Amino acid sequence: MDVLEQLAKTFFDWEAMGAVVPEMLTVGLPNTLILAVSSAFFGCVLGMILAVMGISRNPFPRWIARIYTDIFRGLPAILTILLIGLGLGPVYRILTGSTNPYPLGILALSLMAAAYIGEIFRSGIQSVEKGQLEASRALGFSYGSAMVLVVIPQGIRRVLPALVNQLISLIKDSSLIYMLGLLPSQREIFRVGNDSAANTGNLSPLIAAGLLYLCLTIPLTHLVNYMDKRMREGKAQKIEPDEAAAAIGKGA
Amino acid sequence: MSDFKSGSLSATNIHLAFGSNKVLRGIDLHVPQGTTASVIGPSGSGKSTLLRVMNRLIEPEQGDILLDGRSVLKDNPDELRRRIGMVFQQFNLFPHKTVLDNVALALIKIRKMPRDQARAKALEQLDLVGLKHKADARPGNLSGGQQQRVAIARALAMEPEVMFFDEATSALDPELVKGVLALMTDLSKGGMTMVVVTHEMGFSRNVSDTVTFMDAGVVVETGPPEELFSAPKTDRLKGFLSDVL
Repeated sequence: MDVLEQLAKTFFDWEAMGAVVPEMLTVGLPNTLILAVSSAFFGCVLGMILAVMGISRNPFPRWIARIYTDIFRGLPAILTILLIGLGLGPVYRILTGSTNPYPLGILALSLMAAAYIGEIFRSGIQSVEKGQLEASRALGFSYGSAMVLVVIPQGIRRVLPALVNQLISLIKDSSLIYMLGLLPSQREIFRVGNDSAANTGNLSPLIAAGLLYLCLTIPLTHLVNYMDKRMREGKAQKIEPDEAAAAIGKGA
Repeated sequence: MSDFKSGSLSATNIHLAFGSNKVLRGIDLHVPQGTTASVIGPSGSGKSTLLRVMNRLIEPEQGDILLDGRSVLKDNPDELRRRIGMVFQQFNLFPHKTVLDNVALALIKIRKMPRDQARAKALEQLDLVGLKHKADARPGNLSGGQQQRVAIARALAMEPEVMFFDEATSALDPELVKGVLALMTDLSKGGMTMVVVTHEMGFSRNVSDTVTFMDAGVVVETGPPEELFSAPKTDRLKGFLSDVL
């Protein structure tokens, strides 16, 4: 058997791939999406709180947001997942009677995502022109209403591409949850592929997992590029001359 | 454009410093009901800061602000600002909302008007500034002059007792200035109490009831426009007028 054949058999054994695909789609895919989407959601909620704390005029919340962000952005994902997933496991079991590792996995992913998303939101909010807050306050809005109604919506819009990038990271990082020990029905894409690779002694199921991840992430990266381009160039707009001013100008 | 429920506005002995930089050093400004006061002076003289102090976007360190003869320094500043409309050099329309929603937002959220009633009133205000047909456009698709007229409509919709204009035409292309000045002239003639910080000497001279010349944080001269423009008393005002006219 020559080398090429050996490589093809190891990585592209179509039979082994085909065997794992149904389970990957029915078990792995939904679990990966549940992990990624729910931690993106909670990460956004906590991230927004961190962002608002981070731009507060009061140094105390600013300080808390800073420390939180430094810690969760600075630790390796796998360490955070293990510490939270295994460390809080017994507490969680006492409180709820459940041994499902999912909620703690989602918690760990959300806490990490929040650190990044908080920084993304903060930079977006701070990029909104000062005049927007000033004009809102001049109309009589309180600081809070002005932020919620005028400044934050504009800030979020500007960082949508960065948020989609964060979702891509979460889709990939959700694979680390396998460290917490999952029931067969709880396995995400990577774990399904990994188990199958271990059982068959062939890496093709992992290639199948990789292809499925790319099916999720590549369209999202292109969405990011599209949004970026759209924001940079804007929609084609036609600016009309100021008719009323023109009329008055002619008279004068 | 008339029947505003306008009020008088007075600022007395206003002091403000940013660190060691004394921006306002004992400013007095009295604007009787229904009159237009223009404030002129070189850049950095504190004109725009004075406007922001008078609606408490910036709190004064000393001095008093009277609206309709009553001190407003102890009022909730948000409530004070609902009574004073303000128009900015850079328009500051909300780019993520339509023109109509820009005008209706404060009516709905602050005045607590039902949505359809607020939108009807907003449409009415847009009609007054000649931009009813742009109600569904985004501010980014309007010319600068149109944006500024929307900003004026947005301020007027709140039925303010006083209107502030902070160099409202300075960011406009020359051919768009006249439309905005014409609208401001209409407001002034209609009896709105106005404080207009401006570099438009024609407006200051022809439309305003009083002119105040500020330099380096103090009022150097104040009086009727014909007096200040034809017979300036101080060398500083003479120098400024010879620079800008």
